[in-house]
Amino acid sequence: MGANHDHDPHPAPPARGRALRLGVGGPVGSGKTALVAALCRTLRDDLRLAVVTNDIYTTEDADFLRRNAVLSDDRIAAVRTGCCPHTAIRDDISANLDAVESLERRHAPLDLVIVESGGDNLTATFSRGLVDRQIFVLDVSGGDKVPRKGGPGVSGADLLVVNKTDLAPLVGADLGVMDRDAAQVRRGKPVIFSSLRERPGAPEVAGWVRSVLAETHEARSAAGTPRPAVAPGAP
Amino acid sequence: MALPASLLLLADSRLPAGGHAHSGGLEPAAEAGAVTDLPTLTAFLRGRLATTGLVAAALSAAACGHAARTRGGDGGDGGLGGHEGWSVLDAETDARMPSPAGRRASRAQGRSLLRAVREMSPHPALDALAAFSAPHHPLVLGAAVAVTGGSPADAASIGAYGAVTGPASAAVRLLGLDPLAVHRALAELAPQVDAVAAEAAGHARGDPRDLPAASAPALDIFAELHLQANLRLFES
Repeated sequence: MGANHDHDPHPAPPARGRALRLGVGGPVGSGKTALVAALCRTLRDDLRLAVVTNDIYTTEDADFLRRNAVLSDDRIAAVRTGCCPHTAIRDDISANLDAVESLERRHAPLDLVIVESGGDNLTATFSRGLVDRQIFVLDVSGGDKVPRKGGPGVSGADLLVVNKTDLAPLVGADLGVMDRDAAQVRRGKPVIFSSLRERPGAPEVAGWVRSVLAETHEARSAAGTPRPAVAPGAP
Repeated sequence: MALPASLLLLADSRLPAGGHAHSGGLEPAAEAGAVTDLPTLTAFLRGRLATTGLVAAALSAAACGHAARTRGGDGGDGGLGGHEGWSVLDAETDARMPSPAGRRASRAQGRSLLRAVREMSPHPALDALAAFSAPHHPLVLGAAVAVTGGSPADAASIGAYGAVTGPASAAVRLLGLDPLAVHRALAELAPQVDAVAAEAAGHARGDPRDLPAASAPALDIFAELHLQANLRLFES
């Protein structure tokens, strides 16, 4: 880094013409898969989507997605991580890169590829070589002191989602404490409190994704790359 | 003889080339109850080394020799030609991998390794392999060793070494075996790894059709069964 004085600390917009790559990480059971499914349902009418899942992916999971018709089968790729979910998103991203690129080739052009990490711990974070932006998902039942602990996911993710807020009174979680602690460790980066039970479409998170896409399109236009036309109603 | 760091990088399990998610047949073998503890793991590793390990190491040595002869794309390999030579080696690799799942795993790992080594050491010999959308792993390994200045014997060593360390690491993760005990087993296997590598290196020149073709039917069957398993933690 020493010689790199002009290094821009902000992540670069996606390279010319390719889809935005969005990582979704977080501990086991925090609701990553449900959030990804909600985002797909909310965004699929006006964005061209594909998903790479790194979670333990059984035939039951595949059946779940098929039954709920979140996306067609060929827009979902499963990557197996050899019992090390964080390795596949951080240290050795090659299988995920292959999956993303293969989806992009098969369904070109895509607007958004979501890479869902396998459930992991608070030290997990996505490599910048794999994703352009990342969301870290916590849930209130993991305890309201989790944001205070920080860790690369909580403090570094572009968006922190605190999920299952409807459970807060039941598990004695203080959302105010979580909000204050998150703001402190995240130094102003956005936090969204979400309840898929109350708002099944995750509208606030979907809105954040749209704003990131708009931002990167602006950055591309400024760089002279035209925004790719979005086919209306593309699945 | 000093060990060049450029070659150590290629042998390192931390090389970001996708290997961590492949168990070399260990996961389906464990699922089938064939590997449950240290003695059964050691038997598995010996068997794999003597069969697919030897074949992969010999293919890597041959690929290294081919890449070295055609280095720089001058085709100076006595008429085989860069691309044609790779096609021959690709077909010979296919012929030694009866299981479609095994071939797919080899090509997936080859594509990932090629991505890594083209980033690390860009070279026309690697570009020639990129003409295949997913070249077999042993061929990419051989070419990578050649462009970093290594010999076919080096390629065979790294290939034979990887044939046992990958599944051993998978066994530690899947079965919770004691990593110290597993590494003792690997250390005890080291002379056999060297012997297999030496035998494989002897095939660096000569007709690719004469490369060793030792097969392991159980590994082929495991590879196929693995694809049908309800839960898979490793790609292969």
